[in-house]
Amino acid sequence: MSTRLDHGGRLIDRDRPVTFRFNGKKMPGFAGDTVASALLANDRVMVGRSFKYHRPRGIVAAGPEEPNALLNMGRGPRFEPNQRATTTELFDGLEAESQNHWPSLEYDVGAINQLASRLLPAGFYYKTFIHPRPAWKHVFEPVIRNSAGLGKAPKDGDADRYEHFYWFTDILIVGGGIAGLQAALTAATSGLRVTLIEQTAHWGGRAPVDGAEIDGEWADEWVQGAVQALETMPNVTLRTRLMGAGVYDHGYVLGYERVSDHSPADDQPRHRLWKIRARQVITATGAIERPLSFPGNDLPGVMLASAVRDYAVNFAVSPGQRTVVVTNNDDAYLTALALVDVGQTVPAIVDARPAGGGELAQEVANHGVEVHLGAAIAGVTGRSRVEGVKITAQTGTGTDPTEIACDCVAMSGGWSPVVHLWSHCGGKLTWNAPLAMFQPDPERPPTGADGQGFVTAAGVAAGVPIERAGEGLSNFQTLRSATEAAQSVCVRLGRSVGDAAMPAVREVETAPLAPVWIMPDGADIRLREKMWLDFQNDVKVSDVQLAAQEGFESVEHTKRYTTLGMATDQGKLSNINGLAVLSKALDAEIPQVGTTTFRPPYTPISMAAIAGEARGKTFQPLRRTPMHDWHAANGAHWEPVGHWRRPYCYLHGSETPEQAVAREVRNTRANLGLLDASTLGKIVVKGPDACRFVDMLYTNKMSTLKPGRCRYGLMCSENGFLSDDGVVARIDAQTFLCHTTSGGADRIHAWMEDWLQCEWWDWQVYTANLTEQYAQIAVVGPNARKVLEKLGGSLDVSREALPFMGWAAGRLAGFDARAYRISFSGELSYEISVPAATGAEFWDLLIEAGEEFGAMPYGTEALHVMRAEKGFIMIGDETDGTVIPQDLGLDWAISKKKDDYLGKRAQERSHMTDPERWKLVGLETMDGSVLPDGAYAVGAGTNANGQRNMVGRVTSTYHSPTLDKGIAMGLVLHGSDRMGEVLEFPGTDGKTTRARIVDPVFYDPAGEKQNA
Amino acid sequence: MRRYSAFAIAREALRHHKGWERAWRSPEPRPRYDAIIVGAGGHGLATAYFLGKNHGLKNVAIIEKGWLGGGNTGRNTTIIRSNYLQDPSAAIYEKARSLYETISQDLNYNVMFSPRGVIMLAQTHHEVRGYQRTAHANALQGVQTEWIGPERVKELCPIINLDGPRYPVLGGLWQARGGTARHDAVAWGYARACSAMGMDIIQQCEVTGVRSSNGQVMGVETTKGPIDCDKLGVVVAGHSGVLAEMAGFRLPIESVSLQALVSEPIKPCMDVVVMANTVHGYMSQSDKGEMVIGGGTDGYNNYTQRGSFHHVEETVRALIETFPMISRLKMLRQWGGIVDVTGDRSPIISKTPLGNCFINCGWGTGGFKAIPGSGWAMAELMAKGGSTLADAFSLDRFREGRFIDESVAAGVAH
Repeated sequence: MSTRLDHGGRLIDRDRPVTFRFNGKKMPGFAGDTVASALLANDRVMVGRSFKYHRPRGIVAAGPEEPNALLNMGRGPRFEPNQRATTTELFDGLEAESQNHWPSLEYDVGAINQLASRLLPAGFYYKTFIHPRPAWKHVFEPVIRNSAGLGKAPKDGDADRYEHFYWFTDILIVGGGIAGLQAALTAATSGLRVTLIEQTAHWGGRAPVDGAEIDGEWADEWVQGAVQALETMPNVTLRTRLMGAGVYDHGYVLGYERVSDHSPADDQPRHRLWKIRARQVITATGAIERPLSFPGNDLPGVMLASAVRDYAVNFAVSPGQRTVVVTNNDDAYLTALALVDVGQTVPAIVDARPAGGGELAQEVANHGVEVHLGAAIAGVTGRSRVEGVKITAQTGTGTDPTEIACDCVAMSGGWSPVVHLWSHCGGKLTWNAPLAMFQPDPERPPTGADGQGFVTAAGVAAGVPIERAGEGLSNFQTLRSATEAAQSVCVRLGRSVGDAAMPAVREVETAPLAPVWIMPDGADIRLREKMWLDFQNDVKVSDVQLAAQEGFESVEHTKRYTTLGMATDQGKLSNINGLAVLSKALDAEIPQVGTTTFRPPYTPISMAAIAGEARGKTFQPLRRTPMHDWHAANGAHWEPVGHWRRPYCYLHGSETPEQAVAREVRNTRANLGLLDASTLGKIVVKGPDACRFVDMLYTNKMSTLKPGRCRYGLMCSENGFLSDDGVVARIDAQTFLCHTTSGGADRIHAWMEDWLQCEWWDWQVYTANLTEQYAQIAVVGPNARKVLEKLGGSLDVSREALPFMGWAAGRLAGFDARAYRISFSGELSYEISVPAATGAEFWDLLIEAGEEFGAMPYGTEALHVMRAEKGFIMIGDETDGTVIPQDLGLDWAISKKKDDYLGKRAQERSHMTDPERWKLVGLETMDGSVLPDGAYAVGAGTNANGQRNMVGRVTSTYHSPTLDKGIAMGLVLHGSDRMGEVLEFPGTDGKTTRARIVDPVFYDPAGEKQNA
Repeated sequence: MRRYSAFAIAREALRHHKGWERAWRSPEPRPRYDAIIVGAGGHGLATAYFLGKNHGLKNVAIIEKGWLGGGNTGRNTTIIRSNYLQDPSAAIYEKARSLYETISQDLNYNVMFSPRGVIMLAQTHHEVRGYQRTAHANALQGVQTEWIGPERVKELCPIINLDGPRYPVLGGLWQARGGTARHDAVAWGYARACSAMGMDIIQQCEVTGVRSSNGQVMGVETTKGPIDCDKLGVVVAGHSGVLAEMAGFRLPIESVSLQALVSEPIKPCMDVVVMANTVHGYMSQSDKGEMVIGGGTDGYNNYTQRGSFHHVEETVRALIETFPMISRLKMLRQWGGIVDVTGDRSPIISKTPLGNCFINCGWGTGGFKAIPGSGWAMAELMAKGGSTLADAFSLDRFREGRFIDESVAAGVAH
């Protein structure tokens, strides 16, 4: 029987009772409880089912190492699976249910797997389910998938808020136990900024639970004093409920703060992800107790000895009435003492060591507790919880055991320092044989850019220097290590520390630990098949031994073959025990076998916290042109273009997008169209070497361009492929304004800077991306000049003053403006650029002034259609990163006079000059229909790999409202020499479309309109 | 090699599984082999397997610096698809995919290939056109893919959010016969089969030099001593540049970190694989129940098998946008692998300037899905001096400008 005790409970507040539900049943608890302690207080020992065999699973631990007590919690958009009961604080109204069973926790159909467990050893699934072939997908896999998994999948989004927080500190100390506090007290005297974080809601770690005495008082008192002292220091920041989740290169540490998991009604973010830049990190992360591998050690009621102590001291919960303690070290005797202290019965201590323990053992014996030396547990009785244990000799094979009735087993196999944060970024470990544990090797820390270590382990997390191993994991050792760690870190940061007070500690004399990896030592295979290593994933001693037998000798192979340590606790309880079993099976030393890799996060962190505020509308920055709101108010049908959104078209009334596009095209060609072209890239290139620079960037010779003139230019990658195009305007002798595609602006600016900063760093050129500084409006159509002339002002837009491909600056209706006489539609066209701040106003003015000329805005699709009618290429349509300008008939834009430009050398390679390259042509279907987008033209036969031979492809295809038929552009083998030939384009629907090769310019080939 | 079967398991169960033999032998190297493969990852082991199976070349050693399958074979997100745009890519990836269909039977090892289907989402008009183009190309290449609309996407993957405020789902490219497999099992299955053919898999053995004479390879120096060979195949992914330097040539390769992560396991909620290239993320659910998540590569070269957190952040953001329900899952583990990336993001399967030395590398972020096809082509190249599947992937293409660029259809290459 697991019960709440009448007195005590260091962390609970008996004046604040709360109510929660578990599997629908209402239960009482206290503020300060964890869900796990409250469940135990209500005699709920069994809380789940294991992964593979669906065996009953009980609470094992009291902290983040818990492998079993994972629960579905909350409802609707606050439902979350796999919440760890031991690290979730209780609050009033909390709802939890157990996982991985059907129909109920007590009666689980999946438990039938237990009966077949002999047939399901490690890796059984690699050896079967092979025949018949379709059965895996349709029969075996679905069954396996349904029986695996743990919690339910959430169905809704997430109603909570999350945020990111950036923090800079000189020294980050992770872990608020006595080591962390002592390290903070010491480091703080240096004057450096010190940040101390603790994953739980409480300071002090284990020492107060263990009844440690520091400076003559109970450790709890010392802890309160230390926290108070630190709180008054201006250079110290303290945070609880903040876990050190991961350590990355360059002192970047991830902190995971559970801000309001314990008080969901508060209007607070739920989690806060701390992105911490620390010059030095101290890990005072303590240690985790190891289970012992004896037959039946997975039954609910078998717990870590330290956890039993935690529940008794912190929460006044006794997990059992009669608790047998089984151990290979002195520490577990503290559990016996704690239980005796609160009036519980300890019928036996099973100590695997023939010589038993030290001072604590004596104390326990004084209480009349029976201690079995050199003893082991050979079995645990009970079906879904402990009813008794069988005691035998550790050196034997488990025969002739004595049975003792009990309802709880407290086990301790020794301790493993928490080395995760030390290891994340490359810190190496060393094996401490006397204490049977891996600990940080201070000679091989994770190193920063300067080659120096930036993580230092402190306290129990540092282990114990081998030469002092005899002292064990004592409190004195802990505090000394913390003090020294803080001192050395401060010195490394160039500061001295004041006299760090080293507290006095009462030490107890301990006897050495005896490594015990299986119990009893001579257990046969029948017993080894009942010794669990990984409780969640159902990995047993026999599984690891089987892996070794089958040649999975690397620890990584064994892990992956058996799934040892791959559960949600990531092997916090199982890894070292499994490793020891493996090394014994391989007849190798433990350090030679090594560990698997420690990866972030230390314990699982919410995806939501990782995403932070970036969700929904704030998922990515939204770039808005000055006229964005006008578009939104006037029927814009949006299209994402990079981070911009541009109107694809403007819907009038019940129009479909297709109808709207056709209307916009016709109106622009007949009257006047207005396009918001503000997203067009506008990069200014300026300086004495600007001419030289643009001549290298563009295939054209831009330096010959006269001020006041514009030229269409092409940019290629180093591999010769066309990467961007646009109109360049010569502003003055040393200044060019380079227009890029909307999507290419940032990329091209970075490209320019790449060359200027890395290759041509001595050229005197300055570039600036002015895209957002100007609003740009294309005024297009036969009435374009009329509307601009109506506006009036000093800017003369007449045919004579501003001919095609010229530009001028001046005032238009009181606006400072530049007019570029360029056309991407084939119509008479001006692009007017005004300062962004006046863009919306100028747009309104144009709309109003244009009304009498039939002005209508048009969107990106009409733009595309009109450029295709005119045979202009579009970056991203006619180009795809494999197309060179020569393929597109753009040889005229490639200067023959220049020695070099970016891409020139590449364009001379054999494949680039190959006459077999596909060339740009126009395509017209025989029946006027629209060719399918992306269709390929086929030739005869197949290639060496049996694929149909292809001779061309469609690059752009539209219905032309102007010509009222389908038009397309494409790249075709020998295309320009095959005018009039008909190609066949098989569709994905099985139909073939026939199209004739024609000139790509469908509209106004003579260019009379744009020159008008 | 004793065959695996349900019957064998039942028989072994009666004697507590004491009779299982080693999956592969662990021999010391012999002084000479007909062929040595450096690198016992998926590609290296598959190369050796097909040297033996297709070309009768069984006096082969596979040398591995660490443990077999420990590189990218054991670190990837296990996606298998062949919906590539360019002819040479479509050919080799489709070869690989079709070999995956029967691999469990061929190897007598269940690698759990599960053709659960792959959707590549289109979230911009540009992507729609790109995938429609791929669908057209695939039809001519013998690769079964299909352009599907948003309703069908939702039907195949109910947890998807079609109407994200920024990038609504406009449709997708669906390959019903793509899917996933258990990555480790691919390496283990090939290793077991190679060992059974008498090949030596030598783990914990690092190649420290390549020996040559008159422009012909003679053998390798290793931490277990020199080993002679007639033919050498270098199949070492991220460390290809290092091996090439030993063999005296340079490669157009950069090594960068690619990261992945998994959630805690949950009950089945996603049957298909979904790739969302506009927002940069992809996800599937493993048989264990974990959501397996990947994104783009880190922007800087390194060999650490770690990565920067901001990439994880970007990927998770993207996928919460696409699958809002994962917001309330937790990241269990993140990791990184070193991928070898070429200028055109396509692999190199090629002869080298050193006679009888061949290289297979540059699989970048997409190597796992190619393993059987890659091994098939590399073995043919090594045995016969040429392979229709491999020829387009020769080193010469960089000199000629004959790139095989797959990034053209989508924002990211793989």
